[in-house]
Amino acid sequence: MGRKLLLEKAHVEGIRTYEVYRREGGYRSVEKALKSMTPEQVVEEVKKSGLRGRGGAGFPAGMKWSFIAKPEGVPRHLVCNADESEPGTFKDRYLMEFIPHLLIEGLIVSSFALGSNATYVYIRGEYAWIAGILEKAIDEAKHNGFLGKNILGSGFDCEIYIHRGAGAYICGEETALIESLEGKRGNPRIKPPFPAIKGAWGRPTVVNNVETLCAVVPIINDGGEEYARIGVGKSTGTKLLSACGNINKPGIYEIDMTISVEEFIYSDEYCGGIADGKRLKACIPGGSSVPILPANLLLKTAKGETRYMNYESLADGGFATGSMMGSGGFIVLDEDQCVVRHTMTLARFYHHESCGQCSPCREGTGWMEKILKNIEYGKGKPSDIDLLWDIQRKIEGNTICPLGDAAAWPVAAAIRHFRDEFEWHITNPVAAQQRNFGLAHYADPLEVAATA
Amino acid sequence: MSEEKKLFKVTIDNITVEVEPGTTVLMAARKIGGEVAPPAMCFYSKLEGSGGKCRTCLVEVAAGSTADPRPMPKLVASCRTNVMDGMIVKNITSERVVDARKGVVEILLINHPLDCPICDQAGECHLQDLGYDHGAEGTRYEFKRRTFKKEDIGPYIQLHMTRCILCYRCTYVADQLTNKRVHGIVERGDHAAISTYISKAIENDFSGNMIDVCPVGALTDKTFRFKNRVWFLKPVNAHRDCTKCSGKVTLWNRGDEVFRVTARKDQWGEVEEFICNTCRFDKKETKDWVIEGPTLVNRHSVVSQGHYTGLEMPKETIQEVMNGRKPKLLMNIHDVSEVNKPEIDLSAIQGPAHSEDFK
Repeated sequence: MGRKLLLEKAHVEGIRTYEVYRREGGYRSVEKALKSMTPEQVVEEVKKSGLRGRGGAGFPAGMKWSFIAKPEGVPRHLVCNADESEPGTFKDRYLMEFIPHLLIEGLIVSSFALGSNATYVYIRGEYAWIAGILEKAIDEAKHNGFLGKNILGSGFDCEIYIHRGAGAYICGEETALIESLEGKRGNPRIKPPFPAIKGAWGRPTVVNNVETLCAVVPIINDGGEEYARIGVGKSTGTKLLSACGNINKPGIYEIDMTISVEEFIYSDEYCGGIADGKRLKACIPGGSSVPILPANLLLKTAKGETRYMNYESLADGGFATGSMMGSGGFIVLDEDQCVVRHTMTLARFYHHESCGQCSPCREGTGWMEKILKNIEYGKGKPSDIDLLWDIQRKIEGNTICPLGDAAAWPVAAAIRHFRDEFEWHITNPVAAQQRNFGLAHYADPLEVAATA
Repeated sequence: MSEEKKLFKVTIDNITVEVEPGTTVLMAARKIGGEVAPPAMCFYSKLEGSGGKCRTCLVEVAAGSTADPRPMPKLVASCRTNVMDGMIVKNITSERVVDARKGVVEILLINHPLDCPICDQAGECHLQDLGYDHGAEGTRYEFKRRTFKKEDIGPYIQLHMTRCILCYRCTYVADQLTNKRVHGIVERGDHAAISTYISKAIENDFSGNMIDVCPVGALTDKTFRFKNRVWFLKPVNAHRDCTKCSGKVTLWNRGDEVFRVTARKDQWGEVEEFICNTCRFDKKETKDWVIEGPTLVNRHSVVSQGHYTGLEMPKETIQEVMNGRKPKLLMNIHDVSEVNKPEIDLSAIQGPAHSEDFK
């Protein structure tokens, strides 16, 4: 049983209210930080903890905080990215819905560290009811002196505002989020300048994921070094995973990043294996944007080592044979799932969610979707696979924001690892409409698989 | 010494140039000129904040600067990347760039209607030039091209949304030249479109500049619609006293008739000075203008085939070779020979002359 830091109290009755949360030891970190630490010390603790951004990219949070510019007389902002729209990821929703005060607590401490007097939570439009929960939590915190003017007599003022998005995936990209927060069209900005220099309203801004900000609470409570002791290597602390797909127990799991992927899928403590005794075919370990992996490469790396649930091990082998931790949306596909159909669904999603600002992504995502649709519905041509490969190559890395990459990677990985399934769809268009390609050799030991 | 502004040395395609700090890679490359300058579909040096969207100007940065000579992992948009001292940039010398640019051109064209034969922009269209210079011969796109509902945006400007490449230039014009922008991008992704706020007409004194900055035929001059092909017109520089703008324009004439008025454009196809709608749409007679002379047109442009390049009389070859002497004998060939049958009137022959006609 791994140690839980974020979800430890999630099941306490009434934890959503201030009274219970406070009774269970909540807001201790605010007291500790504001009364006995300087903002620099808080940043230092987060740096020491090795906490990595939980939004997907895995950039060290402490480092990001230390980049923030501090010009005289210019306000700074902390923005919490709660625009959790990645298919397969729903961890932030859980945190905000069940323990909203944890986020508020993390926000206050982080705002203190960054000197943000006006902190924003940009919440996904579809999470309408959660915005209400957070508003209530903010009211309660304010009522009890943890928000507003001169918090706990420390002289630090902080207000938290909830801003609801309007239902665009792209607004989860930090600069698009800032644009949207400013009331503009959610188009990503061209970087540099980075938000840490020129963010919301041209002021230095830090954008962090919900889980990242929640993790600040145990870091301050126990100290950064203590936090860094959990986990392995550069993957410190605990990570929330939202497991879904063909598993017995879909849900949110907090892991300490030392367990293997196999254990995560099959142990009763976590996903509890695959339903109806079916076999594992493929998995997307970190939300829809990261490369899909066939069963054999998922459980073992290309070198034959066991793959663990942490940033380094999942990325082992690069994109040729590895994947990414991403945002922790763990999607499991059993032997009855069709990778072509799955890829088409994702392509449709990215086509729909492209902001339309830069050309490769605007036009390329739609093109990929149309080709994949043809292949899936038995109208594909042998040349289509190479064409798809070429289009994704032309999109990847050539766009303003990572949405282009996120749209290209799933297609690239699906073709890289499941090319024969695509070919089967094209050469057997009638059969492909009636049955699935099945497991084929995707779970066989490595030498046979690993097609480049 | 210290008061002198330090210039940054930047090497683009093995050519080193010195530019002021804060210059973008694209502008530095334009200083060198020629093929070294990356194409730009959305960037407009006169419009603040433009660029970065079309991705045709992608270049490879082989070394970031003298201080930090690491190469940049991704191709960067040269229009929005500032030069650093000692930066080494590869444009046409980089295979990655050429390949990526070809991809961008193909992608820009997959939903473009390719209706150049009926498009007023043809001949001065940046997308045409881009396609010829950097694109492939054919497309691999086999699906229906996207279409839009037609929208009327006023008496002066014709909007063809199907041709739009969403460069956002017209929105910057409206933001930076006019008091209030009433049009913008609506919708998202590949169905994003230029539209006015609930189908208003775009009406203000400088709205016509949207036509000039549009790199394609999405925004064209309604008063010039289907009137003439640009390469049949002769561009001349002219000016008038205008209370609203500089009044310096290019007239597009055929004979004495003014077909349209545009702002003067520089060698990169960018407007030199924005002009007002009165000059553009209402002054369409030669007498309204003081003509300065023919506009310089790049000889690679199709427009150059019909324009004036400084009036020059044809050479009198005989006088020159005779070195001032009078020719001793100049005669009409028909006086000595009837072999070409001078009695046959060529204009009376139906169609081309044929050996049968001289029998």
